[in-house]
Amino acid sequence: MAIRAEEFVGIAPRPRRPFTLGEWVDRGTVFSWLMMAPPILFILAFVGYPFCYGIFLSLENRPVAQPGTFIGLGNFIKEAHDPVFWQVVRNTFVYTGVATLLKMVGGLGLALAMNQDFKFKNIIRALLLLPFIVPTVLSTVAFMWMLDPAFSVINRVLIGFGWPKPGPSWLGSPILAMCSIIAINTWRGLPFYGITLLAGLQTVPVELYEAATIDGASGWQRFRYVTLPILQPIILIVTLFSVIFTFADFQLVYVLTHGGPQNATALFATYAFDIAMGSGQLGLGAAVALAMLPALALLIVAITLYLRKKS
Amino acid sequence: MITGYGPIQRTVRVWLPVLFFLFVALLPFYWMAITSVKPNSELYSMRANPLLVHAPTLKHYVDLLTTTSFMVWTWNTMVVAVISTAISLVLGIMLAYPLARINFPGAGLLAIAVASVYLVPQPLLFIPLADVINRLNLGNTLTSVILTYPTMLVPFCAWLLLGYFKTVPIELEEAARIDGATRFQTMRRIFLPLCTPGFISAGIFAFTLAQNEFLYALIFLTKSSVRTVPVGVISELIKGDVFYWGQLMAAALLGSIPVAIIYSFFVEHYVAGLTSGAVKG
Repeated sequence: MAIRAEEFVGIAPRPRRPFTLGEWVDRGTVFSWLMMAPPILFILAFVGYPFCYGIFLSLENRPVAQPGTFIGLGNFIKEAHDPVFWQVVRNTFVYTGVATLLKMVGGLGLALAMNQDFKFKNIIRALLLLPFIVPTVLSTVAFMWMLDPAFSVINRVLIGFGWPKPGPSWLGSPILAMCSIIAINTWRGLPFYGITLLAGLQTVPVELYEAATIDGASGWQRFRYVTLPILQPIILIVTLFSVIFTFADFQLVYVLTHGGPQNATALFATYAFDIAMGSGQLGLGAAVALAMLPALALLIVAITLYLRKKS
Repeated sequence: MITGYGPIQRTVRVWLPVLFFLFVALLPFYWMAITSVKPNSELYSMRANPLLVHAPTLKHYVDLLTTTSFMVWTWNTMVVAVISTAISLVLGIMLAYPLARINFPGAGLLAIAVASVYLVPQPLLFIPLADVINRLNLGNTLTSVILTYPTMLVPFCAWLLLGYFKTVPIELEEAARIDGATRFQTMRRIFLPLCTPGFISAGIFAFTLAQNEFLYALIFLTKSSVRTVPVGVISELIKGDVFYWGQLMAAALLGSIPVAIIYSFFVEHYVAGLTSGAVKG
């Protein structure tokens, strides 16, 4: 067991010396706060201040480039009477729920597939991560072309197999558009789940599987009673992280559907963007964005409590 | 692993799922690549087999590089990603080192606060930030995004580095302290050189996040000369007429290449960074 420097110095009685600036700066607490001051000030200025200012904005009627007037909870009341807002709430929950479930199950499948012995494993793992690496906007543009109303490659293949022309309208019908954005979000997020769960799988001791096999456990039973319990904490934390970023997704929907058709794919972020940047109502837009806060805050608290328990 | 399968059955069990995932992951990239080299006559023909290309051409790439501002956007993206990554690494180190190494009152609470700031998504902040950037007169400057990207990258780097710093043995630093080095000297001369792998992981991750950022760039950068690749592609290459898909796919492919190259060199570091948050966290 090593003795920490502070404790070591503490034991030896030290003669009192005159105060010097250098020594003061070298004290643990002083050094820490001096070191952390620039990043903390930066975060306060560019996260803390905008956050509080956003709350203030949400209480104002504030057209762009004009002074605002305080209207209390007026924006939130307007929101509560806006049918589109409630549709956005529903969309966001459906999108987040279904995409998360697909990513969780698919990611587990990906991790199990990758946890076997085969050739070119490193190259294949690198290739499988590509969807997660490439800028979302650019891969979404590729999907936009694959789902194009006139030249969709998917439809041409379907028609080749005898599907009646012109094939499904992937981005034109409300339900199919929602399915499309969920599928693309899953495509992009799957490698994150897969690789993280794979790292978890590799920590499962082989002895446990051997013991279970000797005890007569089937493949499914080994998975259910050995693998899953060990993976559970990792699945939990990965899911919480991914839920937050799926819930607040913007890029994919903005690029692919702009929230349409008939707001069927509008999420909190895209709707807030439309109101604030499109119609120039900063106050109402801020209020829509803030409506994400209760659900997000719940998730953030869950994660931080969990991390704290772990450390 | 104990399996009782023959070689053929084993091959099917192992390779079938792997090939399925590979196919799904790579199909859009194949489609990007093949579209970008097709002449328009093939692209918009309903008779040609869409999965193959008969007369490949580089016309879309030439058009993209000569008739649009794609080169400018690529340069802007690089400048922004490199500078904001550098700023975030430095600030992240300044935040993570005391939290990982010095037992000062409130350290635990502060570490948790850093994690929760990382989880605050951009859509929650973009409207007030747009107003702040306007009032600072920074609209349509690269400074606007260089200043705002670190809002997500600093807590992220700090969190990742905090985990990494804790895995580095403390004995060397203690020896340096006993020899009379100040805390700052110990950190700079002894500790930081030991942490290069951690900096690479955090740096790569921050770099890919910066390349991927879209919302702030979309709002703050409205002039072609200051745009980044994602915003430029969305706002200027998607036009009303139909004959632009070849160029668009060429742009999507070229825009992905810088990240893909850097990533391919450091894939192990990337995976280490990806898994550290969830597994060790």
